[in-house]
Amino acid sequence: MNDTDIKISIRNLYKIFGGDPETALQLVQDGMSKTELLESHNQVLGLNNINVDVRTGKTTVIMGLSGSGKSTLIRHLNRLIETTAGEVWVAGENILEYNEKQLRDLRQHEMSMVFQKFALLPHRTVLQNAGLAPFIDGQKESIYADEARKWLNRVGLQGQSEQYPHQLSGGMQQRVGIARALTSNSDIMLMDEAFSALDPLIRTDMQNLLNELQAELQKTVVFITHDLDEALKLADHLVILKDGFVVQQGEPQHILLNPADPYIEDFVSDINRARVLRVRSVMVKTPNASGEHAGEIDHNDTLESVIAKSEGDTALCYRVMKNGTPVGVLDMRKLVRALVPSQQSDDPESTRLSG
Amino acid sequence: MATYDFIFDGLGLRNWCSISGEDGGDMTSMAQLLAETSGNDIVVTGWETPFPSMDALHEACPSFPQSRELTSGLEEGFLAIKDSLKVVVDPLTQPLSWALNEALWVMQAVPWFIMIPLLMLVAWVVSRQLQLVALVAVCFGFLGFVDYYSYTMQTLAIIFVCALTCVLLGIPIGIAMSRSDRVQRIMIPILDMLQTLPPFVYLIPLIFLFSVTEPKLYGIAIILYAIVPVVRLTDLGIRLVDPDVTEAADAFGMTKRQKLLNVQIPLALPNIMAGVNQTIMMSLAMVVIASLVSAPGLGVLVLRGIRSLELGVGLLSGLGIVLLAVILDRVTKAALARINVSQSK
Repeated sequence: MNDTDIKISIRNLYKIFGGDPETALQLVQDGMSKTELLESHNQVLGLNNINVDVRTGKTTVIMGLSGSGKSTLIRHLNRLIETTAGEVWVAGENILEYNEKQLRDLRQHEMSMVFQKFALLPHRTVLQNAGLAPFIDGQKESIYADEARKWLNRVGLQGQSEQYPHQLSGGMQQRVGIARALTSNSDIMLMDEAFSALDPLIRTDMQNLLNELQAELQKTVVFITHDLDEALKLADHLVILKDGFVVQQGEPQHILLNPADPYIEDFVSDINRARVLRVRSVMVKTPNASGEHAGEIDHNDTLESVIAKSEGDTALCYRVMKNGTPVGVLDMRKLVRALVPSQQSDDPESTRLSG
Repeated sequence: MATYDFIFDGLGLRNWCSISGEDGGDMTSMAQLLAETSGNDIVVTGWETPFPSMDALHEACPSFPQSRELTSGLEEGFLAIKDSLKVVVDPLTQPLSWALNEALWVMQAVPWFIMIPLLMLVAWVVSRQLQLVALVAVCFGFLGFVDYYSYTMQTLAIIFVCALTCVLLGIPIGIAMSRSDRVQRIMIPILDMLQTLPPFVYLIPLIFLFSVTEPKLYGIAIILYAIVPVVRLTDLGIRLVDPDVTEAADAFGMTKRQKLLNVQIPLALPNIMAGVNQTIMMSLAMVVIASLVSAPGLGVLVLRGIRSLELGVGLLSGLGIVLLAVILDRVTKAALARINVSQSK
């Protein structure tokens, strides 16, 4: 918690929905499972011993299917849902000890939130919606208008400020939602399935927008999604939830190459690995990659782009560059093997490609 | 003798019955009188077993009270608390009398050539529809033409004061209900009762409480009757506000007060306005009945039509009330439609 790199730290967090969480908590800590608890005590285990660190300026994606507790988890970060047990440290302070005033202050200035269903105020204009945070702070529209307009322009909503939300399309409404979060000038952005309600093309647009904004602003983003492709596209750190506990967390490339259990294997088997995996994850690290090579590729290139470059020739070998210096080599055969999910990736005979 | 003798015999209360029975002797039932005159007991077959009502039990035991003692008891009870109740209620409701008197005076004192354009202007501001303004002009013009202008103004003044009071009281009550399930559980039966109780029933205690010359007598009756929809729909409207939006308000750190004023009430406004519309229509309905207790206005004419069988007066004033209802309904609905347009998703 003293680590300045860590913005939010969740420690031993439990959430149990039901009449008697204390007893149920004891049972869960003694090892009772979610289904057992529901059957024997009619209490729902929402979150089970969650420990997650969210790094400053990075995007942490929490992924899980519906019912895995991901939306519950993100609402613990600004206490829209109260915990049963555990600690949530934000910038070195345990927010569970905050009183109402401190909590409001946290929500106004430290954290902003983007919602799945946009949750814009229908009776306020786009500009007034974007300026919600300063408005809550008591500022007049004439004061916050410039700031709000700046962020509306940044998310691509030039000249829409006098419209009402219902006059905009879904994608544009969510842009207002993002502008609203940015106008609050808070360091932390909580995004609860922010792009799940949008259609695929617009979703891709919004993901690119978020990545651009992140490169520029380095906010601490906690992003919730049920879509692994989206998670892999956005995440610096990926947390996979199942039935309220963390199945695996770490760097997305790492999870993809080393799934910890069958549940995650299932998950990752369906995605397009060539598009997601980066050269750095599959290359062989050698500082003096001086040998014969067919060309130079960047360590952050996707395997897909390398395949395109090689025109499918598996006999080639590339030198991998990072900021202009060689850091390793990539054999195309190794690349192809990496495209095969999970354990089979060590088996050279397997030619099953996914995606 | 009587069917239910066995109860009192069985409980050993026979002594109690006969001791005080001497006093209650004057309260004999018709059946007993008949039995006495004919000189023989009435034979009660099993088929004719009377319901064990108060009167039937009284027959078996004269010291058991009769049902008319219950009603007279209620009356005496009310009369007993009447004075102390009046001490509290009288000053509390006095402003209503003043408001009604003032409104009646103002509406009648302003000459028609100012009043009708003023009402047209109100219709325009609220609805922005020229047809409605024309409708207002035509209706009031017609009512004035048949010499019902002052009656119409009286009715309008009463509705104005009562509906406004309903809104001022009803919206806060509705908000309180929406915020607390407990308040809601307490209020709903009260609202149900107010809505289903025949209006004449609460005119009776009010007559005892206040003098018939006081305007607040009918004012209270109208308010009690008409306040229900605005309370109900305020509660409903706030409870129906999209929980996602209120969650967003919380997530950005709104205080409860900010949330109420900037999110809940604006988003509940279509429902609240529907409630206001219903409240206005119900005050109009009640203002006719309230003419029984000296409320002035078109209701008086209706009453005259009934009392002295003046069919024409009754029909024409009935038509006047309909016209008034149409105007009030259209104008408030137009206001509601304007709110809906600006908020529709």
